Amino acid sequence: MAIQLIVNGGAHEVAAEPETPLLYVLRNDLKLKGTRFGCGHGQCGACTVVIDGKAVQSCDLPVSAAAGKAITTVEGLAADGRLHPLQQAFIAEQAAQCGYCVSGIIMAAKALLDAKPKPSEAEIRTALKGNLCRCGTHHRILRAIRRVVEGGNGGAA
Amino acid sequence: MSEQPQSAPQRQLPGSLHTNRRLDRWLRINADGTVTVFPGKVEIGQGILTALSQIAAEELDVGLARIRLAPSATAYSPDEGITSGSRSIQEGGLALRQAAAEARDLLLQRAAARLGASLEQLTVHDGRVTARSGGSVTYWELASEDLLAREATGDVAPKAPSQHEVIGTSAPRGDIPAKVTGAPSYVQDLELPGMLHGRVVRPPGPGAELTGLDEVELREMPGVVAVVRDGSFLAVIAEREEQAIRALNRARRIAQWRETAALPEPDPRYLLRAEAKTEVISEKSDETAAQRARTRLEAEYTRPFVAHASLGPSCAVARFEDGRYSVWTHSQGIYPLRTDLSKVLGVPQEAIVVTHVEGAGCYGHNGADDVALDAALLARAVPGRPVRVQWMREDEFGWEPFGSAMVVRMSGELDGEGRIANWTHDVWSHGHSTRPAGKDGANLLAAWYLERPVPAATPGNPGLPAGGSHRNAIPLYEFPNQRVANHLVLKAPLRTSALRSLGGHVNVFAIESFMDELAAAAGADPVEFRLRHLKDARARGVIEAVAAKAGWVRGEKGDGARGRGIGFARYKNLGCYVAVVAEVDIGNEIRVRRAWAAVDAGLVINPDGVVNQIEGGMIQTASWTLKERVQYDRASVTSRNWDEYPILTFEEAPEVEVVLINRPADPPLGAGEGAQGPTAAAIGNAIHSAMGVRLRDMPFTRERVLAALA
Repeated sequence: MAIQLIVNGGAHEVAAEPETPLLYVLRNDLKLKGTRFGCGHGQCGACTVVIDGKAVQSCDLPVSAAAGKAITTVEGLAADGRLHPLQQAFIAEQAAQCGYCVSGIIMAAKALLDAKPKPSEAEIRTALKGNLCRCGTHHRILRAIRRVVEGGNGGAA
Repeated sequence: MSEQPQSAPQRQLPGSLHTNRRLDRWLRINADGTVTVFPGKVEIGQGILTALSQIAAEELDVGLARIRLAPSATAYSPDEGITSGSRSIQEGGLALRQAAAEARDLLLQRAAARLGASLEQLTVHDGRVTARSGGSVTYWELASEDLLAREATGDVAPKAPSQHEVIGTSAPRGDIPAKVTGAPSYVQDLELPGMLHGRVVRPPGPGAELTGLDEVELREMPGVVAVVRDGSFLAVIAEREEQAIRALNRARRIAQWRETAALPEPDPRYLLRAEAKTEVISEKSDETAAQRARTRLEAEYTRPFVAHASLGPSCAVARFEDGRYSVWTHSQGIYPLRTDLSKVLGVPQEAIVVTHVEGAGCYGHNGADDVALDAALLARAVPGRPVRVQWMREDEFGWEPFGSAMVVRMSGELDGEGRIANWTHDVWSHGHSTRPAGKDGANLLAAWYLERPVPAATPGNPGLPAGGSHRNAIPLYEFPNQRVANHLVLKAPLRTSALRSLGGHVNVFAIESFMDELAAAAGADPVEFRLRHLKDARARGVIEAVAAKAGWVRGEKGDGARGRGIGFARYKNLGCYVAVVAEVDIGNEIRVRRAWAAVDAGLVINPDGVVNQIEGGMIQTASWTLKERVQYDRASVTSRNWDEYPILTFEEAPEVEVVLINRPADPPLGAGEGAQGPTAAAIGNAIHSAMGVRLRDMPFTRERVLAALA
């Protein structure tokens, strides 16, 4: 059946069963590969997107539940040819090893900074409690997010 | 390694160049102003491709932006065996350095002829060769197909360290921009026209056999294209990914299996009672020193099975067409994988092209090779259409090869002066290497379940000096009497293979914990006690450097909740030197708050790359050491998701700091696995400093702290 989605500001109609996890629709129908499968149980955060301002794990969210809402994926962060400050900060801090977790973490951080541009260290860490990193890049990732917080343009997109 | 038979002795060339001698296997100078590098080593999240680009740019005298990297493929890449053991710079990097230096020399000879100048009158800047007289020509004008169609000679010397401009700088990783913008970066993201999605219905446990299945029910599900059943190998193929997953879930409910209950008790000490092949690997004897022994200590250290637990489950894409296979994989060894695929698929190696595409983080032999066979078996069922297979999370946790459970027993004797007079180390473990292209059989999971199975290879260990379960079992310290024995338990109840640092994690944990136990018995400071037994200047150097960085105070003691400890090793006894100080804080749980490391990896290509590897190594090891344990019952692995196999979270991650001791005049030593052993020991020693209790069984859970305090 046809489902209407608003992704990164654009309207899309996809033909998928309503219970299909949003993740597969983003990756396979809309070809947005930056949102990634990690566990299928909402435990690791590799599939994090922002829906109506909140960080949401898309691997176990039925696509029908996202219909009509504003969905932002990592591909939708750059604006006017400029990377989002978080993306710039992750490059500046070289905050990746394999990088598989990074797009989900950037989306979780974006939701945090949009709601609260000056979070504390503890608040940043708490906001990432649903995101796992296996390579051990945590402290670089935290440094990248702090860089945006200290730069004062965290919420700008 | 891929030693090829040689008729006449050939000049020894650096690294993998020795067995892949043609220059055009490594490099191509393009007319469009770029240079293509053909690495045989693969990117596994460690930043190797950036380092290789730097090496090529340095030796050729071209800008880093001109370097292009060809994906590694059996169709054309040099055969560099497996990307493992922290050897990529030594093997691939030094080969490329020599090949690039020789390519530059050939280009300069052409330039000299073209410009009518002598070699001494030429300078190169970013690929433009200029003669003192004023004329100039570019590499891109000079290059031709035949330029590098020759073997390396070994006659050209690479640049001296003092001339390095690109090597030794922290060039930004080339792959990170794509990864932060969400561009397709992994084999998981690969999509080919007409691609189908497959899922494998793995048995409930390793010994299970498929006894019954209503295939029709599966075939009639929406989108299902094929059900593949071959012995106890069962899989589904569907048009859409979620359709394949639904069919998988249905199959799991309706398939009937005969299960076997053969797994041991959870305590790794079952190894002590298993049949083992014992080998004494180091023995030293000094009767006079032995007679001075006064105080004897014994201790036993253990680790359970540990998972790689990559964040992205294993994935591959395969296509079968006209009797030939194309396989896209995140394997660490495209040639060894092709060897075993050929055995299982029953086609010659020439009928298979294996191409590497990066996967999620790789920390050793994970499911990458296995899923490549899965994809090939499914592709065979739907000729002409590519099939993408990704393991589900529960399959990754249930079926990847684990880092072996291990037990280490130590004994030591101190003389009256507080010096170690006698030292023994006994290690029990399963093998740490069951990679593809073994001596016999096939090391690919699905092969063992087929109607006509190809059995698993005999498990084993890489030999010494690097070693497998005995990696780092021989101490670097100087003891007059010493005996080190390896007890290899060949029959493994769960599949084991290489996990970052192999046995080094546990052997170094045991050695370095026991050094602290002996230091305490001798009334000595742990740092001073180590230096007392250590002659190697570079080993002493990293210990002194980390002590200085952490502000180590001689004789420092914890305060009942916080404490610090140190650990040291030279990885494999021939790689990088790493010393770590960890600070722990014990409340409801043990937390590692901070950790410092000092690293000497010889010549460093990319300092930030080495720092990133060591930082990550410390954090990942904190996770292994504090939290991780594969759980299983009598029939199967039961820790199948992140709740059942928790790893370190952002709330728990320590702050880490690395001191890098760069030695440009010394050979590169590799750094990817240097932090594991020292970090585990530093944490154990810090807990002892904080609380006065010694934890010898990993992971260091709250229950174990409480038990130790009771």
